[in-house]
Amino acid sequence: MKENYRKGIIYKNTEISPNIYELVLEGDFHGIPGQFYMLRGWDWLDPFLSRPISIADIESGKIKFLYEVKGRGTHIISKLKKGDTLSLLGPLGNGFDMQMEGRIALITGGIGIAPMLYLAKKLSGEIHIYSGFRNNAYFLDQIRPYVKTVKIATENGSIGHKGFITEIFDPKDFELVYACGPTPMMEVVLKMCKGIVPVFVSMENHMACGIGACLGCTIETIRGMERVCKEGPVFKGEEVVFND
Amino acid sequence: MTRVEILGLELKNPVIAASGTFGFGREFDEYFSIEKLGGISTKGLTLNKRDGNKGIRIYETPSGLMNSIGLQNPGVKGFIEEDLPFLENMDIVILANLGGSTLDEYLEGIELLNNTSIDFIELNISCPNVKEGGMAFGIKCNTAERVVKEAKKVSKKPLIVKLSPNAENIQEMAYSCVNAGADGLSLVNTFNALAIDVYKRKPIFENITAGLSGPCIKPIALRMVYEVSKVVNVPIIGIGGIINWRDAIEFIMAGATAIQVGSGNFIKPDISLDIIKGIEEYMKEEGIKSLEEIRGII
Repeated sequence: MKENYRKGIIYKNTEISPNIYELVLEGDFHGIPGQFYMLRGWDWLDPFLSRPISIADIESGKIKFLYEVKGRGTHIISKLKKGDTLSLLGPLGNGFDMQMEGRIALITGGIGIAPMLYLAKKLSGEIHIYSGFRNNAYFLDQIRPYVKTVKIATENGSIGHKGFITEIFDPKDFELVYACGPTPMMEVVLKMCKGIVPVFVSMENHMACGIGACLGCTIETIRGMERVCKEGPVFKGEEVVFND
Repeated sequence: MTRVEILGLELKNPVIAASGTFGFGREFDEYFSIEKLGGISTKGLTLNKRDGNKGIRIYETPSGLMNSIGLQNPGVKGFIEEDLPFLENMDIVILANLGGSTLDEYLEGIELLNNTSIDFIELNISCPNVKEGGMAFGIKCNTAERVVKEAKKVSKKPLIVKLSPNAENIQEMAYSCVNAGADGLSLVNTFNALAIDVYKRKPIFENITAGLSGPCIKPIALRMVYEVSKVVNVPIIGIGGIINWRDAIEFIMAGATAIQVGSGNFIKPDISLDIIKGIEEYMKEEGIKSLEEIRGII
């Protein structure tokens, strides 16, 4: 039997950049990079649904999540303090394929950086990260020890390249690409990499059950509609059908 | 103690997983043994396979959610071949939820299901999200009556008709369906509802409207079950925002023989087990030997 919602005790829940929080819970948690948990930081019925948040790291006795405050659910979670409890269901989803080696690029946009620390730690191979942000860069200090190079772009130019991260990325330099970020960024990455280098994308969507039953989070793929929470969130780039 | 009987068939308890929230049981069976449930209503089936709707399918509302899945399902044949074998080996009552866009589709679907081990057909004349969902049949009494009458003629299985709360008059709708041959009724399906993205200045859903469910609809659903129970004498399965034992007992007191748990499955996979346990404890506490004693006492 898989484990139902369980309680985790908050060890740390701090704002590391405006609206970006790092949440660490104590407990024996499992999961591979790219998988996620449904988080519920309240006992009442409103917000009704739990929030899918990807694993940022797992170390012995602790799990880390990185999340952006976007709506009421994440706002409530952001107000929780050390010692408070949170309900979690997981790990869920397929996670990244970890068999890959060679020169690997991790391309992220905004909060899409969340699963990359754990991925960088677990992957063998030569890893380079390309991270785009709107204004402020975050989380890269933690990732830096596990990658060969760090490239940054910000839309306002406050740090790194001024513009989009895809403008300073050359697919020919790599044998494999993992991407996580806003849909327009992933579409550009896929176009750039087509026929040159394989891409894995981590998708997100509104979710209700998180376990594959409600069909609320499906996306269009070349095989038909597939569930982000079950067949995903990681898909082969060429299999996802983007609708503009 | 919690046993209930619907149309001669015994359910271990009155708690049934509602259609569309529970798939065909497989995903939930990884979290708890679904044989502990009284029954399962399958994901809404249509004669032919459907991919479902594009765009956003889920949108949260205060104490509830709107959905526009669009009846993504493997089709009746796909269900019989791929999903039924998993369920039929289990000690659980199976309701095959069946929708359709034309009368013929319903009838062909029923004929295929006739030769299977399912226990009930839950005739869906109430899915608001697709033309093929049958809600067109669930608004006006005369159209509902027609489809139920024809369905009853071909069905070898007991026919439970799932009513839409969007019906013009829920009591008249219930009465018409029973008059046409419905062996039982289940209600309610989702409420047709609207949400708008004010920055995009567009509806959230591609279909404009979508179905609202969850605790926010419970008091209205309860009122409808109560009203319907006053005008029909067939078993009623109460549905609508049930998330704890207290809700379940309310529906039974309002006249339901059994209840279905839908959106509640999303906030805790084994929420139905909590409900069953709560019902048992309440019965012990109150000295109730059979749910029969409190059914329809309001």
